[in-house]
Amino acid sequence: MPRDRSSNSLGLLDRSLVFITGKGGVGKTSVTAALGLLAAKAGKRTLICEVDAKGDIARHLDCEPSGFVPTEIRENLFLMSMNTEEALREYLRIYLKVPVVTKLGPLAKTFDFIANAAPGVQEILVVGKLCYEVREARYDLILVDATSTGHIVSQLASPKGISELVRLGMVKDQVAWMEDILYDPSQTSVIIVATPAETPVNEALELADRIDNETHVHLGALIVNKVMPELFSRSEEEFFILLQESKAINVLNKVIPGGIGLLLRGSNAALEMRRCADPYVERLMAGAGTVPTALLPLMFGEGSRMKLVRDLGEAIAAEWDDFLWQG
Amino acid sequence: MAGVAELLSESQIVIVAGPGGVGKTTVAAALGFTAADLTGKKVLVITVDPAKRLADALGLVGLTSKGSQVSASDLDNAAGHKVAGRLFVAMLDAKASWDELINRHAPDVATRQKILSNPIYKNISSRFVQSHDYIAMETLYELYRSNQYDLIIVDTPPSRHAIDFLDAPGKMADFFSSKLLRWLTIPARNRLLMGVFKPFYQVADKILGAQFLSDVAEFFLLFESMYPGFVERAKSVAEILENHSTSFVVVSSPESVPMKEAEYFISALDARHLSLGQMVVNRALPSYFRDPGAVLLANKVQDDYELFATEFMKKGASLEFIRTSELSPVRMGALAERVFLEVADSFLNFSSVASEEAYEISKLPVDEDQITLVPHLNFDVSNLKSLGKVAGYLAMGSESPTM
Repeated sequence: MPRDRSSNSLGLLDRSLVFITGKGGVGKTSVTAALGLLAAKAGKRTLICEVDAKGDIARHLDCEPSGFVPTEIRENLFLMSMNTEEALREYLRIYLKVPVVTKLGPLAKTFDFIANAAPGVQEILVVGKLCYEVREARYDLILVDATSTGHIVSQLASPKGISELVRLGMVKDQVAWMEDILYDPSQTSVIIVATPAETPVNEALELADRIDNETHVHLGALIVNKVMPELFSRSEEEFFILLQESKAINVLNKVIPGGIGLLLRGSNAALEMRRCADPYVERLMAGAGTVPTALLPLMFGEGSRMKLVRDLGEAIAAEWDDFLWQG
Repeated sequence: MAGVAELLSESQIVIVAGPGGVGKTTVAAALGFTAADLTGKKVLVITVDPAKRLADALGLVGLTSKGSQVSASDLDNAAGHKVAGRLFVAMLDAKASWDELINRHAPDVATRQKILSNPIYKNISSRFVQSHDYIAMETLYELYRSNQYDLIIVDTPPSRHAIDFLDAPGKMADFFSSKLLRWLTIPARNRLLMGVFKPFYQVADKILGAQFLSDVAEFFLLFESMYPGFVERAKSVAEILENHSTSFVVVSSPESVPMKEAEYFISALDARHLSLGQMVVNRALPSYFRDPGAVLLANKVQDDYELFATEFMKKGASLEFIRTSELSPVRMGALAERVFLEVADSFLNFSSVASEEAYEISKLPVDEDQITLVPHLNFDVSNLKSLGKVAGYLAMGSESPTM
């Protein structure tokens, strides 16, 4: 299905709320961290919210994990992890005033019910908190290290789900302003991350369709992460292949004694991996239609994770020169 | 026999768990293949959401929750010999399984109909993520008790944490017997008690609206008739995890983030006195990337690639492709330099990744013979033959993979 979303001239990170999602293991946390560093460096007051709250984002940014209350981990960059119980507590505090809440006794018990028994409430609390932060405008940009592809749609569609279930009450009214933020392409966008393999690419494209069909959220970009870099140019590859003919190997063994065979085998394996990944890169690019895409290289190298994240950020900036923000 | 083979022949249930995105479903299907081949058993693999190509690979169109057989002749072809066992595959259908559960436990037709059409129930059965974990176990229990299969392999649903699967029956039992449910159903049961809980209802009414609350109350009142059966059932389901014939296979890719989750899962198994059968490290780089001699040589080539290239051009001047090349000797030399450098760089890159992987694997709190490595595949698992290759790696055990 052709998509036509590129018409929006707003930069991807000029929006207030950007969700980053993808199948588990594709590196959405590193992409989120890299985007966060880029945005903070560009002077945007940026909040990264980790929805799964596994603490991975802190590990990528070499800092201590943050709780529900955001902490500034470096200039312009804030980190928080979502906690639905805290979100509910905050919600009740803001909208119902404290005394009523204290009368309720241990909130945890009530929460147990709310979270488990009333489906969609977990999701609406997550989305509600994020939209609340957008409305409060304490940050220029909120990047959400979102749940994986399986659950993101139920999150993004939760206002709709809630309004179907809850036909009256305060929540019903509040869903309306959440929808205004979530479904406004100049405020909210989603980035889907995949790796060049079958399931991640399939899930990314399916998700792109589901976001179009089941939500009204703007799809901002598709990223193929961990793309094996092209080892050789065409002439180099030809040379490399000829190098492995038996006569050439004999010469090579004389010139570089000590087992060049394993080194060549390693390069062949790298070429093979790249060849294996190529069709999936192509499939994703084709399926993306006019949604902007970026290919990010597989990052090698020792040293800190932070350096890898920074390198990834540079790769993103190189791919999306004018696309991240305007001017 | 290697670890995996032994595991498959001794177990009646194998639960494949691990973080998302590590190839869990492929490993589960390949374990099924291995089991049918090595043990001669009648094997069922329950998967949650197989990639289309994997479903195609198994020759399964319209996969059902009842289990359909993978063609025996296709299996023989893929294995290259007669496969003694039989392989069946079923796909978890959460909604249908929930409905079945209701059908089984509802005391009468009227209650059943009311539950099935309650909006809260509809939401729980189709969207409630945690309920997938529970229903997978419920399906497993049902199939296990039917005695139709010698071995059932379960690919666990993707959840936020692999551990959720273990806790699902307990949580479900807690949930349906919790005090909160009593609270919720109070207005309908006993108006007198209402006074005590009034603040709670006022808040809940204000936030969620009375209509929603009455839907919830109806749902739980209806469910109440099924509590005893349901809680009992959840207990029995939990018990099959503890069977001595139940084993866990934990799958992870060798990167640090998923390995950390796998490690956590293994210690959680331990804490619950559940037995880890095997740890499968999927997509591991081949071990030659860590060969000390090769690493040394790669460093040497990286340092002196110009020298080696010059030397090669000299000694290899009579090689046909150099002799007949259209390129000038200088440009040919430059080409050789670039290729040598790239080969060395690339080897060292992979070598550092391979070392990190080895370090991650060494940190696992398991014995070496409990670890099975499956290499990075240079092919897609798009047919039975390729699935058979993965099965081959699993059967090989912890011998180092090659590429």
